[in-house]
Amino acid sequence: MGTLKKFGISLLATGALFASAPAAMAEDCDTITLGAAISLTGKYATNGVHAKNGYEYAIQKIKDAGGVKVADKCYNFSTIYYDDESKGDRGATLAERLINQDGVQYMLGPYSSGLTKAIAPVTEQYKIPMVEAEGASRSLFNKGYKYLFAVLSTSEQYLASAITLAAEMAEKEGKDPKSVKVAIAVENDPFSLDIRAGVQEDAKKYGMKIVLDEKLPRDLSDMSAILTKVKLLKPDVLIVSGHSKGAATAVRQIGEQNIDVPMIAVTHCEAADVVGNFGKAANGILCSTQWAETLSYEDDLFGTAAEYEAGFKEAFPEYTNKTVPYQVAQASAAVYVFKDAFERAGTLDKEMVRDAISATDMKTFYGDIRFSEAGNNIAKPMVLRQIQDGKYNVVAPSKFASHKLEWPREAE
Amino acid sequence: MDQIISNIGLLFEFPVVNLKILIDGIMIGALFALAAYGLALVWGVMNVKNLAQGDFVIAGGYVAWSLTNIGIHPFLGIPAAFIVMWGIGWITYKLVIKRVIERDLFTSLLATFGLAIMFAQIMNLMFGSDTQSIDLGYDTLHFGPGGFVDVPISKLIGVIVALSLAFGVIIFMKRSRMGQAIRATAQDARAARVLGIDTDKVYAFTFSLNSAICGAAGAIIVMAWVIQPFYGITYSIRAFVIVTAAGLGNLPGVIAAGLGIGAMEQYGAHIFGIGYQQAIAVLLLLIVLFFRLLQQRRKRQVLQ
Repeated sequence: MGTLKKFGISLLATGALFASAPAAMAEDCDTITLGAAISLTGKYATNGVHAKNGYEYAIQKIKDAGGVKVADKCYNFSTIYYDDESKGDRGATLAERLINQDGVQYMLGPYSSGLTKAIAPVTEQYKIPMVEAEGASRSLFNKGYKYLFAVLSTSEQYLASAITLAAEMAEKEGKDPKSVKVAIAVENDPFSLDIRAGVQEDAKKYGMKIVLDEKLPRDLSDMSAILTKVKLLKPDVLIVSGHSKGAATAVRQIGEQNIDVPMIAVTHCEAADVVGNFGKAANGILCSTQWAETLSYEDDLFGTAAEYEAGFKEAFPEYTNKTVPYQVAQASAAVYVFKDAFERAGTLDKEMVRDAISATDMKTFYGDIRFSEAGNNIAKPMVLRQIQDGKYNVVAPSKFASHKLEWPREAE
Repeated sequence: MDQIISNIGLLFEFPVVNLKILIDGIMIGALFALAAYGLALVWGVMNVKNLAQGDFVIAGGYVAWSLTNIGIHPFLGIPAAFIVMWGIGWITYKLVIKRVIERDLFTSLLATFGLAIMFAQIMNLMFGSDTQSIDLGYDTLHFGPGGFVDVPISKLIGVIVALSLAFGVIIFMKRSRMGQAIRATAQDARAARVLGIDTDKVYAFTFSLNSAICGAAGAIIVMAWVIQPFYGITYSIRAFVIVTAAGLGNLPGVIAAGLGIGAMEQYGAHIFGIGYQQAIAVLLLLIVLFFRLLQQRRKRQVLQ
């Protein structure tokens, strides 16, 4: 059992984070060490920290609930984190270090598809199971990786549902979905290009016309050139994806330039805090999300989605006045998958654990989790929320929707 | 290719688009000009090519943004950023720049490149990597057919402040005693020293002034556009292009070049797609350098 190591220091650190939490009986449990290279500095730092907090919250929650029970013994998770500085090569080096020097046998994912793409070949080479929660690019799941599992929906699904929604609306108006014109502006990176591919695929399915297809630069701070064209071409749907800078720039300038498009769908609204920053300009915009606290999912460990949010805010008071981002929730879900897999495997053998993860079929506060052969979660749909009077209300898919879509969107 | 042709077609089909593109370009160009303006000063006076120029801009933006967060009106953020960045510029001069002025070109390039990385990372640690901006909540003016051309009042105010600051500095350089000393030092530092000008003081003042101008530019940018800790490089690149195009010591030329590049970029973004906006700036730099080289060659031939 060379895989077991006691990391008193990391336990202490975790303990310090939750000084207020009651000392659980799980204190005498052994430790299962997980490893993660995560972006604590660099351009992904904000979301990297979200992910880390999500991991830590789940680890503490599992500890409070009595730990992980593997064949009559109990264990607690403890994670070694390294800062990958938001750089792929650094991530790959750190993954090697975690595996070779720290002897880590199970990995949690980094933040972003790019980093996951850099680390996956390493974990694959050493046959280390990695459950990741923050890499959605579909290119991660066509490489035949056997040890990579993702709890989130893949990126091409992010805004594809907006196209379906637009088709529904056209039919309701008595128009042919073929007449719908689509404008796409996405960043030139793997994640956003997947979104574009998903949108294009669905638009093609309905025979819609793509009137504008632009790529945003990495350091976007002005997209008035695109919005001017949007004004001229008058599309029925506008799709924008460029991480939080794309959302911030788009919403700000859509408001300023009075862009009047019936449906505008954007990613990363929460991360850019478009409601807090731009107020009324954000109204009517559709935002895709992996998860929302108003959804009706639940499980035994975290409770309902709403209870998860409340519990998390209590543990991390810095989130008190914010909506908990989905990046946090899915990170917790990844740790939960590990717990479930260890318990079903009944052993710490990594091959057995890998097979147990692969056979996962669970309902969680984050949504259903069931992995395809390729390792992506095929049981959870992507959610669309519309900003209505400054609130994020779920409008699609209709099965979980709490509110009706306001359509067409009214420019101020 | 089809898209490029149809984009050009739009320009002719709707002539008002040209006006809109020009206005958008001039508004962002005014801010580029401001950053370039400080660079021209430092480059001309101290022969230091400051690669951290854009990061000073972003830092100024964060000063204004932080003040707004504690309830101070964004307009006061502009002078505040000016003052704070003056201080930071002075400290930077004393700690780093002073030691590299007399060294060769590469030392100062390396030093300021290092500064740029450090500034970006410090801002990232202090403010996080999210995009930030201040929404003044002002309206947008519309005119032209169907209200097609829109000018957000916040941008308009920003541009006016930027231009008045620029002209203020021009007058300062022409009229004030310090301005004279700066110009004298730029022309011949040794002669200036002989005539009793404390050049070290002049250098410190020039660098602080540059940093302060950048800071004010950043405070305007955060009101009208968005900032992020790693956006500095875009302003640095533009500043270099503009100064190279306008030449050193030609402050009105810097303003004109700034506005021109802003407009050309917007045209480029319209025709080739916004992904190529920055490529246009770099392409312009290449063209300018090419023509400068030709000009110099011609001169040299005349001299021979």
